[in-house]
Amino acid sequence: MSLLDIADLRVNYGQIEALKGISLTVSKREIIAILGANGAGKTTLMRTISGLLLPRSGTIHFDGVGITKLGADRIVRRGIAQSPEGRRVFGTLTVLENLRLGGFTRPHGEIAGSLDFVMSMFPRLAERRGQFAGTLSGGEQQMLAIGRALMAKPRLLLLDEPSLGLAPIIVQAIFRSLRQIARTGVTVLLVEQNARMALKLADRGYVLEVGRIVLTGEADTLLGSSEIQTAYLGGERSDGASLLS
Amino acid sequence: MGTFIQQVFNGLTVGGIYALIALGYTMVYGVMRLINFAHGDLCILGAFIGLTMLTSTAGSGHPGPALLLLAFVVAIVLVAAAGVVLELVAYRPLRKADRLAAVISALGASLLIENGIMLIWGPEVAVFPSGLLPRITWHAAGASISFVQVMIIVASIFLMAALYLFVNHTRFGTAIRAAAIDQDAARLMGINVNRVIAIVFVIGPTLGAVGGLFIGIYYREAYFTMGWTYGLYAFIAAILGGIGNIPGAMLGGVLLGLFNAFAAGYVSSSWQNAITFALLIAILLVRPTGLLGERVAEKV
Repeated sequence: MSLLDIADLRVNYGQIEALKGISLTVSKREIIAILGANGAGKTTLMRTISGLLLPRSGTIHFDGVGITKLGADRIVRRGIAQSPEGRRVFGTLTVLENLRLGGFTRPHGEIAGSLDFVMSMFPRLAERRGQFAGTLSGGEQQMLAIGRALMAKPRLLLLDEPSLGLAPIIVQAIFRSLRQIARTGVTVLLVEQNARMALKLADRGYVLEVGRIVLTGEADTLLGSSEIQTAYLGGERSDGASLLS
Repeated sequence: MGTFIQQVFNGLTVGGIYALIALGYTMVYGVMRLINFAHGDLCILGAFIGLTMLTSTAGSGHPGPALLLLAFVVAIVLVAAAGVVLELVAYRPLRKADRLAAVISALGASLLIENGIMLIWGPEVAVFPSGLLPRITWHAAGASISFVQVMIIVASIFLMAALYLFVNHTRFGTAIRAAAIDQDAARLMGINVNRVIAIVFVIGPTLGAVGGLFIGIYYREAYFTMGWTYGLYAFIAAILGGIGNIPGAMLGGVLLGLFNAFAAGYVSSSWQNAITFALLIAILLVRPTGLLGERVAEKV
């Protein structure tokens, strides 16, 4: 059975219809990549799943239960955590305070174990635990945003553009960590402009264009498809960077 | 030397009160980017409720300090409830509306509470009973310090320390700070931001009710427009410290109280406001975001 089931989701952003009937499924332990250019509706989709936006119509089921109209805080408690676009770390709080907030919904006694896990995953965060998050580098802030989401011990991890604005070598490090995280059994829904990196990590992918899914398939198939090659992978480039990013 | 010590104590007394009230402005602003113009009136509502408790229990035979404590508890509970209702009715429906709408709503709420106080307690100046507290005055080096002053200073320090510990060293306090930085990111942590805002509307009016009742006890009077007078002082204290910043409101309140006292003590009490506000303008010219504020510029 699928862990996340989205059916005919329509979301308005002000006057603009940002999602025009999206349907997708994510099975347990899958890694799903959602690709698309700026303005395709990727972030709108992530914000709607997390309950920050209310859809106009359509349904979202998580583990068989409808969560379409739940508030964002209740959705976290159900087991969906998000590392949002632009990282959104709490800049004037310390790294440790950020991580503890990530575990806000968890019983007090379980926090220490999760902190150890996150800090072993991202040793840089352990080194900088007392520093204000706003003083971290972009890559470190991304690690913090992902680590903070993991503190909720989610069953489904939503990652919105984890490579945004980061140097290629940092992006590779982050994707190595994501592979490790997925191996612990977390299901991952990943939004990326960096299509090559995302598809190499993912099992399946969806391509979003102005609010609609225009293409879907196994990640390997998508990587090889000529449409993806020309639109999102920029032909011959091998450094993992999309021309669109 | 006597004048100096005297004015330090006078300044710390009113400064502590300003700080207690300023915290309500600054916490609401921090989480909602809204100036709660009704806050000063809520504080004075606390003074009137306390006064009613004191006059209706006077002569019951119980000791003064116990009656005073009861007055504080009742004032806090009712004013905090009024704060929660205010947020639900006047601010929550407008949270996604234009910022100006919320400001108008705040001004309306202020007038409503102010006129409500006038309808219930009348337009006259109400006088607080004397003899509730020990009439002790300490004399040292030419200054005289009353028991009431010491009580206000000690209680203000205690309440501010408690708030500081709560906000900085508890889970829910950290959640309040997170919601002040980025509400959506806070929601993604599983924080119920509506609950955070409700708690802020309990904490602010709680401290404000104490501050308002202190004003009544210290000056031995209360009148229905007092909320504007002292609300303005406290609001300015919050700006001086850097609005949105909790230690800033504490610092701003105490400094404003000291400015006021020194201006009154060394120049003249009729010039005290002019001198205080001239100093305030000078400080804001150098630090437009207030003494401890740094986030304001980027947030507005």
